[in-house]
Amino acid sequence: MKISGAEAIIHCLIAEGVDLLYGYPGGAIMPVYDELYKFQDKLTHILTRHEQGATHAAQGYARVTGKVGVAMATSGPGATNLVTGIADAQIDSTPMVCITGQVPRHLLGSDAFQETDIIGISTPVTKWNYQVTKASEIPEILAKAFYIARSGRPGPVLVDITKNAQFEEIEFSYEPCNLVRSYDPVPKPDMSAIDAAATLINNAKKPFIVFGQGVILGEAEEQLKALIEKAGIPAAWTILGLSALDSDHPLNVGMVGMHGNYGPNVLTNECDLLIAIGMRFDDRVTGSLDTYAKQAKVIHFEIDPAEINKNVMSDIAVLGNSKETLELILPKINKNSHEEWHNEFKKKHKIEEEQIINPQLNPTKPGLTMGEVMKEINIASENKAVIVSDVGQHQMFACRYAKFKQTKSNVTSGGLGTMGFALPAAIGAKMGAMEREVVAIIGDGGYQMTIQELGVIFQHNIPVKIVVLNNEHLGMVRQWQELFFDRRYASTIMTNPDFVKIAEGYHIKANRVSERKDLKGAIEEMMASKDPYFLEVRVEQEDNVFPMIPSGASVSDVRLK
Amino acid sequence: MEKERFTISVYSENNVGLLNRISGIFLKRHINVVSLNVSKSEIDDVSKFTIVCYITEETARKLVGQIEKQIEVIKAFYHTDEETIFQESALFKIKSDLLFDERQIQNIIKESNSQIVTVAREFFVLAKTGRRSEIEEMHDQLKPFGIMQFVRSGRISVSKEQMDISSILNKLQEN
Repeated sequence: MKISGAEAIIHCLIAEGVDLLYGYPGGAIMPVYDELYKFQDKLTHILTRHEQGATHAAQGYARVTGKVGVAMATSGPGATNLVTGIADAQIDSTPMVCITGQVPRHLLGSDAFQETDIIGISTPVTKWNYQVTKASEIPEILAKAFYIARSGRPGPVLVDITKNAQFEEIEFSYEPCNLVRSYDPVPKPDMSAIDAAATLINNAKKPFIVFGQGVILGEAEEQLKALIEKAGIPAAWTILGLSALDSDHPLNVGMVGMHGNYGPNVLTNECDLLIAIGMRFDDRVTGSLDTYAKQAKVIHFEIDPAEINKNVMSDIAVLGNSKETLELILPKINKNSHEEWHNEFKKKHKIEEEQIINPQLNPTKPGLTMGEVMKEINIASENKAVIVSDVGQHQMFACRYAKFKQTKSNVTSGGLGTMGFALPAAIGAKMGAMEREVVAIIGDGGYQMTIQELGVIFQHNIPVKIVVLNNEHLGMVRQWQELFFDRRYASTIMTNPDFVKIAEGYHIKANRVSERKDLKGAIEEMMASKDPYFLEVRVEQEDNVFPMIPSGASVSDVRLK
Repeated sequence: MEKERFTISVYSENNVGLLNRISGIFLKRHINVVSLNVSKSEIDDVSKFTIVCYITEETARKLVGQIEKQIEVIKAFYHTDEETIFQESALFKIKSDLLFDERQIQNIIKESNSQIVTVAREFFVLAKTGRRSEIEEMHDQLKPFGIMQFVRSGRISVSKEQMDISSILNKLQEN
């Protein structure tokens, strides 16, 4: 029996295990929406209030589930509105398939209504993209799209489908894809590299592990923990590696990078062996490369060959899926403990605790700190919540102070730094993990970039907890202006609306706190709510995030004030 | 690290959009492409890009890494001039009168080892294949007489070392 290309798209999605997608209809994708209407029992489509929200929701869903997120939009502005989310998914290696409608094939290149070259526009920010112009291509291309998005180092794929291909009829049959002849997603581990790495680890006096999202994407959390414990190696995480290792694990020494912890940053330049696992030496992690871990040998466990020697030269590169390579190396690792070396981290932590952490978490001055809000959320959630953060100061406070017991619990825009990410991403995260508490931590700036997605939360009664840390500023930019631009606060002071009224306008329970005595109770009430809940916390307006490695400085020059 | 001339050879599927994807890798890094040629290769259905750039070896290595990462790229290589055999081609369109009026033109044709591709009433066309410097020299010699049109191709090159694409393809298909 023949079916339309549009119906074929639905069957492909179902065959790939998709039961939820986010999107926004429009002219060039209408045949697909017509089929979505017929298949409502199998596929839930969530209408976001802007296509960017659809991508971030799909990302949030993908990040907590490990599955491919799906976003859909029409041609022209619908497609271009997806681009920010696609770029975010590309740099943060998030598996996502975006389907866009396109003008009919005979109108391509004619500047037709809502025609835009989304293939051209999305090429630099997609793992792969393809324009389908006839229905017969749909099953093969969508199978390939899902395979490419989820395999190897994951990433976003865009499939642009002309309207004529949605109407044309085909005999449908579906074969999942597991091979693209020009694409080698997971390099085979090289045993000689594993052996060489094991020797370096066994001989190291001051080994230091820095792990990233590669551990989460490779589902290598257990193997990472086993390696850390067996060899007794202090381990720090990049912002996207957060939650792969229990926050309270004794060998978890915190975050590296610009606003990371003091010890792991400074001691990067004192270790004798740096073991990088599933991370890419982003400039926010390394600071100046000229002074980064020059004294140390470097082992780089990585799935993507293009990352090897891209920023930091490695002595040993161990290519492959992190779970597989760590499993291979574990039996070759000698039991060890590096207590004296670990004590160095503890000593540095003590300094940071006195100067930075305690004043943040247990402040004595008036004015609420973002850190104490995170502390109360940790307590109320027993470290079990999924924390979705936006971009800016609050994000750094959230990642520094949120505590985790479970992997895939930290959802944030790491590489692209997309303000507006958190609210829609929290929707996707909650729908991907309905049994878990999902708390969005957002600044007053980023909140207003995608605030319209409150409509989705209201319409579908998605019980996310939204915390806006309101300092009436674009806080991170203001901090840089204070430190590096002589306090010239150019366009960083915000006059904000009444956020509580806005939430109430969407019939979302809302509350506001501005005094310390009310904070605990407000957070407890929020966490106890079975419904969506909005909490505005009026925090200190000119607080700064420390420690800080100024842009382009060395990790050794991390500032405590 | 000193900049030098590198030839990047890319073996890929022959798909719409891949040229854009590869050129974007150069654009993102603000690297100017000296010349670009795309053609079939020694393997059926496999295209070959020959891209010439003036860059450091480190940049060449990283570019090749980013190019190979593209789904439809099978394999990419970079080579110095010494490691390749390379040529370019050029066409010169010249007024036919000059062929008879200017003796020197005939000498240039002979000495440059170029071929006359066609002779028409109004114009004739010379083809020259060789190193860039030989083509430049011929261009300089002909210029005073008037060149109606000139065009030069991108570099085409083969490497001295093996670029064994067939076995890479077989290996990928076995996985």
